[in-house]
Amino acid sequence: MKLKNLLTATTAAGLVLAAGVAMAAGTHPETGEALADVQTFVYATIDESPSIDPGLVEDVEGSAVVRDLFEGLMNQDREGNPIPGVATSYDVSDDKLTYTFHLRPEAMWSDGTPVKASDFVFAWQRVANPETASPYAWYMELMSVAGAAEIIAGEATPDTLGVAATDDHTLVVTLTQPLPYFPEMVTHTTTFPVPQHVVEAKGAEWIQPENFVGNGAYVLTEHVQQERLVRAKSDTYWDKDNVYITEVTRLVINDENQALTRWQAGEVDKTETLPTGQYGALSAEYPTEAISVPELCTYYYNFNLRDGSPEWEHDVRVRQALSLAVDRDIIVNNVLGAGQIAAYTFTPGATAGFEVPEVPAATMTQEERNAKAQALMAEAGYGADNPLKLEILYNTSEAHKSIAIAVSQMWKQTLGVEATMGNMEWQTFLEARGNGSFEISRAGWCGDYNEASTFLDLMASGSGYNDSKFNNARVDELLASAKTMEDPSANYTEIEHIVSEEMPVIPIYHYAAAFMLNDAVKGWPLDNVQQTWYSRQLYKVAE
Amino acid sequence: MFAFILRRLAVAVPTILVLVVLSYILMFAAPGGPFNAERPLPPQVLANIEARYGLDQPYWKQIFNYIWKIVTEFDFGPSFKYRDRTVSQIIGQGFPVTFVYGFWSFVVAVVAGISLGVAAAVKHNSWLDYFAVGLSIGAQSLPNFVMAPILVIVFTLWLQWLPGGGWNGGQWQYVVLPVIALSTSYMASIARITRSSMLEVLNAGFIRTARAKGLPMSRIIWKHAMKPAMLPVLSYLGPAFVLMITGSVVVDVYFSTGGIGQFFVNAAFNRDYSVMMGVTILMGVLTIVFNLIVDLLYAWIDPKIRY
Amino acid sequence: MLTSRTSPDQILDAAHRAEIKGRSLWRDAMTRFARNRAALVSLIVLMLVFVFAIFGGYISPHQPDYVDFMLRGNIKELGVPSLENGHYFGLEKEGRDLYTRVVQGTRISIMVGVIGSLVAVVVGTLYGAISGYFGGKVDSIMMRIVDILIAIPFMFVIILLLVIFGRSMIMLFVGIGLMSWLNMARIARGQTLTIKNKEYVEAAIASGVKPIVIILRHIVPNLAGIVVVYATLLVPELIITESFISFLGLGVQEPMTSLGALISDGASQLNYGTTWMLIFPLFFFLITLYAFFFVGDGLRDALDPKDR
Repeated sequence: MKLKNLLTATTAAGLVLAAGVAMAAGTHPETGEALADVQTFVYATIDESPSIDPGLVEDVEGSAVVRDLFEGLMNQDREGNPIPGVATSYDVSDDKLTYTFHLRPEAMWSDGTPVKASDFVFAWQRVANPETASPYAWYMELMSVAGAAEIIAGEATPDTLGVAATDDHTLVVTLTQPLPYFPEMVTHTTTFPVPQHVVEAKGAEWIQPENFVGNGAYVLTEHVQQERLVRAKSDTYWDKDNVYITEVTRLVINDENQALTRWQAGEVDKTETLPTGQYGALSAEYPTEAISVPELCTYYYNFNLRDGSPEWEHDVRVRQALSLAVDRDIIVNNVLGAGQIAAYTFTPGATAGFEVPEVPAATMTQEERNAKAQALMAEAGYGADNPLKLEILYNTSEAHKSIAIAVSQMWKQTLGVEATMGNMEWQTFLEARGNGSFEISRAGWCGDYNEASTFLDLMASGSGYNDSKFNNARVDELLASAKTMEDPSANYTEIEHIVSEEMPVIPIYHYAAAFMLNDAVKGWPLDNVQQTWYSRQLYKVAE
Repeated sequence: MFAFILRRLAVAVPTILVLVVLSYILMFAAPGGPFNAERPLPPQVLANIEARYGLDQPYWKQIFNYIWKIVTEFDFGPSFKYRDRTVSQIIGQGFPVTFVYGFWSFVVAVVAGISLGVAAAVKHNSWLDYFAVGLSIGAQSLPNFVMAPILVIVFTLWLQWLPGGGWNGGQWQYVVLPVIALSTSYMASIARITRSSMLEVLNAGFIRTARAKGLPMSRIIWKHAMKPAMLPVLSYLGPAFVLMITGSVVVDVYFSTGGIGQFFVNAAFNRDYSVMMGVTILMGVLTIVFNLIVDLLYAWIDPKIRY
Repeated sequence: MLTSRTSPDQILDAAHRAEIKGRSLWRDAMTRFARNRAALVSLIVLMLVFVFAIFGGYISPHQPDYVDFMLRGNIKELGVPSLENGHYFGLEKEGRDLYTRVVQGTRISIMVGVIGSLVAVVVGTLYGAISGYFGGKVDSIMMRIVDILIAIPFMFVIILLLVIFGRSMIMLFVGIGLMSWLNMARIARGQTLTIKNKEYVEAAIASGVKPIVIILRHIVPNLAGIVVVYATLLVPELIITESFISFLGLGVQEPMTSLGALISDGASQLNYGTTWMLIFPLFFFLITLYAFFFVGDGLRDALDPKDR
């Protein structure tokens, strides 16, 4: 035992030395680029994450931290395909209801103990357990793990979850229905293991730096809330020889203008966002460092179709006119200008397997749209002597404000509509929008998964996210039948057409994520549509 | 004197209680809750989380439990938003930060403000006076959210002298810009209150007598005028000190210091009730303590004052 | 002995006496005020700012809410201040005319600053004077109320005002008024504690004058000096606070604007080569504050009987 430990220690030391030599030599083994001497990566995020505990993590930036500190069964490559993580391989039963994962024996926690299948069992039960109160408990249900729904509802104990460790390196998962995407789903941070022996000993504080134990490529060394989170390269990670960045620092910079200034000053390598409207100037100044990638999200305005809302909301001509008068090109190019895409239909064109339907409005010129809008408004009885008055409600934010100002002016200049604007603090806004005390409200929706139904489900009369309270029997029917169809795209096209005729919402644009990334940092997975990145994919080249 | 202090501390307890109850009522009445999000959680998951934090209990019971835990265990509970931390940990991390830059801002503001104010009053209507007044109004009309980006652009981007934000355990480089941004407007206020108060005192009969006797000006100011002139300044400094050491949201946001000012505002936006209450109680206790200190100082300045 | 400064009472009183005495007091004061060059210039500046805020919009060909979409895409180059296209102060970041918006913002912000400080002065001074004068239990209770109000999460008060009453300018003033008087009350009370031991107050008490009369006649006038200073300190603070309250949703909403909102917008664009967005609103903020200060200071000096 002693000898073995010693041997491991020597090998480890040897490897560190080898790595040190490799670095001094300074070339990347695959690309042959010269590596920088200092391999540190500093990035800025707008907000602190609510939690970096794999069982509790709920935000995008928190998940990025968790992916560095822990490793799940599967990882994603730079294109987003699942590749082996802690699991080296898996077998699927013939009925596709049982997955058997084979874990790599060399996987180790940062305190030197091996990663066991039971750690996964513990982690998954912990997520489902109502006492943990995980905001992502529903993910276990989404993965169709047997027993998850009952456990979350408090009808069964956590140990009934359909996940078992048959030995230290074999994990067996039982599902309630076949799920072709299951291997992709276990790249999600909610499914990551937690060290049972540490969590049980330290309780809720196990995730703080002084107690931290993880199995990822990095270990947590410092976490000052709302200020910084530092993670250092782990020397117990099984694939540590292919990890180049030695230290990753996440700074919380609430103000995006400040974040940009500090990026320009060289204090950070990457920002999370860019201030509204600045992308154009920045990409002219830093052509290789200002980056914009499309996102699966739609920005739109809700009408309020509830009974008792103002009369004009129920007039489809007014809704059509208001939508037509919004010049998307100006919004996309002049107001936002960071690679966003004008939206005339609800589902983003980047969605897998989705063809954007040719609705009439999309093919007209803006002059034609304006002319039609004016005609519709006149028909509906609104004009210079009887102007339509309405209010746009949005939650306080510079970007929402910019769009509301532009839209209200387009309506005023084209249709003579007298639009006022009202902003509200986030929670107040959510409540007002949820209970229908608005005339027009801003909304945004990002797809949960890469398929059109994640967007179009919002048009179902029973959807909890249908804030305009659109109610169309045909749409409900088409959505229901799409669930069981081999190829539902005809249904989706028809729904988009109905939505663009009935116009319960005004689609405005599809999002793009824009940020600054230091030229020296290479390996950022730009081709991964979900922007799932791992610090160990990155390296810094010498300038 | 001791009896007075004891009495005031005794009154503090019900005062804090009223503060807690009132704040709770405000929080419950405000729309939203800690676990509301753009995308509502599935009802069962939400119910589990609310049960975990006792939010399923009647309001009065939540308030009672909260107070009970503080009294019996000095436990302010876990943060509803930052789930890896307790309220005590969050305040324990954020308060020292704001205390450090707030304290230094206070020192700078008081020293500079009082010197400027006294100088302006003594040389009333001279160029020195105009300079002091001009400077203080100028400082006040540059709100800290204007000053902060200017400081970062100048000292970080152009000159590369100081880091543009962060705290890093409170090394001096990280403290300088927050102190400049926070202290200037306080300095300006203190200067103007001092100036006006000093002018009034210098015009008073006993100072005129002293001057008539030919006493040197510096002696008159230090021995006779300073104490009475400081009275209104003190009234201002009590609450100002509390505000400074509990930090400014603007400073925390622009310089990413991780201070308590930012936690307070974020907690309000997130409806993180427990952090909200923790910081409110901290503010309340500090307000009460420093107002007591101010009252004691009043009595020292003017022994005739009785409460 | 601290002597009384200007108070509404005294001004009226002075005016009254002035009539009898052949206006000598007033003339004296006016002469003194006119001799104070800083005050005189400031008065003229203040008048000009008022004229600008009220009538400034008439000399512009533009409307404050009109977005020029032709220029919207490249404000950095097309939105530069220019006399030719009538955008005297250039465009703000949404592509609207900055000049007319500064006119509108100045109007609203002066209103907010003046009304807010008036509330603070009236409520705060009276509250503080009463608390300090009566002392003991009354003082203790009244000051603990102030302590509680200082510590209470003010944001929720604003949110509730918004939810219950909806948004309006009146609610904005209520919101600002609610918070502005607290420190004034503490300062007034501190001064009262020492003033009430002065001979003339003790004499008044001994001769059986009613407390309320003593407070109004003897205490409040002696607070005037510090009150005036504090009120001028409050003006910029409230103008800035307004932008925070509007941020929460109460008060001034787009397309209306205020100096606070314009300054904050301008500051956010500081690093993008459009400094005019900050400089113009900041300039009007600055000169208004200077003018207010010197006029206030000059008035105080002029009406001070001891400076003769």
